Amino acid sequence: MNIQIQTGGGAPLYQQIVNQVKYLIASGQLVPGEELLPIRTLAEMLVINPNTVARAYLELERSGIVIKRRGAGTFVADKPPTVSKRHQRDVLVERIDLLLAEAHQMGVTKHDLIELIQKRSERVTFQ
Amino acid sequence: MKLPSPSSNGAVISIAGLHKTFQRVSVLKNVTLHVPKGCVFGLVGENGAGKTTTIKHILGLLKPDEGQVTVCGSNPIKDPVKVLSQVGYLSELRDLPGWMRVDQLMAYTQAFYSNWDADFAETLREDFGLDPAKKVKHLSQGQQAKAGLLVALAYRPELLALDEPSSGLDPVVRRDMLEVIIRRVANEGRTVFFSSHLLDEIERVCDHMAMIHQGELKLTGRLDDLRESYCQLTLQFRHEQSESPCITRALEVTGQGKHWKVLCVQPVQSVEKEIEALGGKVLNRSTPGLDQIFFAIVKKHTRHSQQT
Repeated sequence: MNIQIQTGGGAPLYQQIVNQVKYLIASGQLVPGEELLPIRTLAEMLVINPNTVARAYLELERSGIVIKRRGAGTFVADKPPTVSKRHQRDVLVERIDLLLAEAHQMGVTKHDLIELIQKRSERVTFQ
Repeated sequence: MKLPSPSSNGAVISIAGLHKTFQRVSVLKNVTLHVPKGCVFGLVGENGAGKTTTIKHILGLLKPDEGQVTVCGSNPIKDPVKVLSQVGYLSELRDLPGWMRVDQLMAYTQAFYSNWDADFAETLREDFGLDPAKKVKHLSQGQQAKAGLLVALAYRPELLALDEPSSGLDPVVRRDMLEVIIRRVANEGRTVFFSSHLLDEIERVCDHMAMIHQGELKLTGRLDDLRESYCQLTLQFRHEQSESPCITRALEVTGQGKHWKVLCVQPVQSVEKEIEALGGKVLNRSTPGLDQIFFAIVKKHTRHSQQT
């Protein structure tokens, strides 16, 4: 479970953990039924307050993405709800908006930007 | 702005209406804060803001001019023995007896605490890599800080009070210290109160915090709630603005020409209405960092005191 957090600006730490766990599930790096790191372990690993991790796990549990089994730990739900699709969209929309704003400030037209995205997508490959 | 502070029920530290004056200079003005059990509470502020003075009241080293201080259910002035036996303290100066060897320092401190845990002390000494035969004055700054932390922890106090624990330390030692703090809270449910001016450190390890400026508490509450109660907007105006746009509900407005940034308190909608009325467009909303909030509050306060 590779999670990295960043302090100073950006989303609150618990939100960063929520987003990254969602991302790990969406990208298949965490599979249904797999156990998440215990709260204490992750807190010690990241050197952050355990309550912050607990809050992130609670948030994930509330949206049905993980399940807490008493005395056992926290596991990825068997059928994580499709909210992860919507979440993916939200994440992308946020990034796109930023990109659009930046392009606008630099005086790059929408047409040029789309063309650039097209070009990059041909160059960058994913497995 | 003050957020609702956690109630004083079940608080390990309760400070209510604390005033302190040194030679007619007010150094603490009506400070009220509650530290819930099992949390890591960070007190931030500039040098001279009143952080150490607050900690000294918690330890009973200073007597309030006005107001109440309760620590672990007792008054630190009236019942110092009871309070100090439950509080581990690391001072900013780490004033340890330099002529003692590390093992002597441990034996010496043990004599003061009936609940000293010798095995735990030994484990900490090994974890910290402290040579028992070395004199305290010959230890590096980082090792001295660790020795100070060791003797503050070895009797497993209910409350750990740290005054600027990372000042003058390199990042590796700082991380070691923070790890110890985290482990204690995670595994033992103890409470930690520490002061710092390193905001990234506060953001990492604290779940509650208070911000003090010139003796006044400016903010207190849960760290996530505090951060999310602020919003940063990135704006663009149709026309160049020759001076910063007047947005009444903004805490801080920075930028130039058509591009501006606004730091404001939630709810953000009313601020956005103001911005629209001025001919501006909101390009982006984000949660500001603690440092941004801190600097904005300090700057605003300085502006106000200059005007009056």
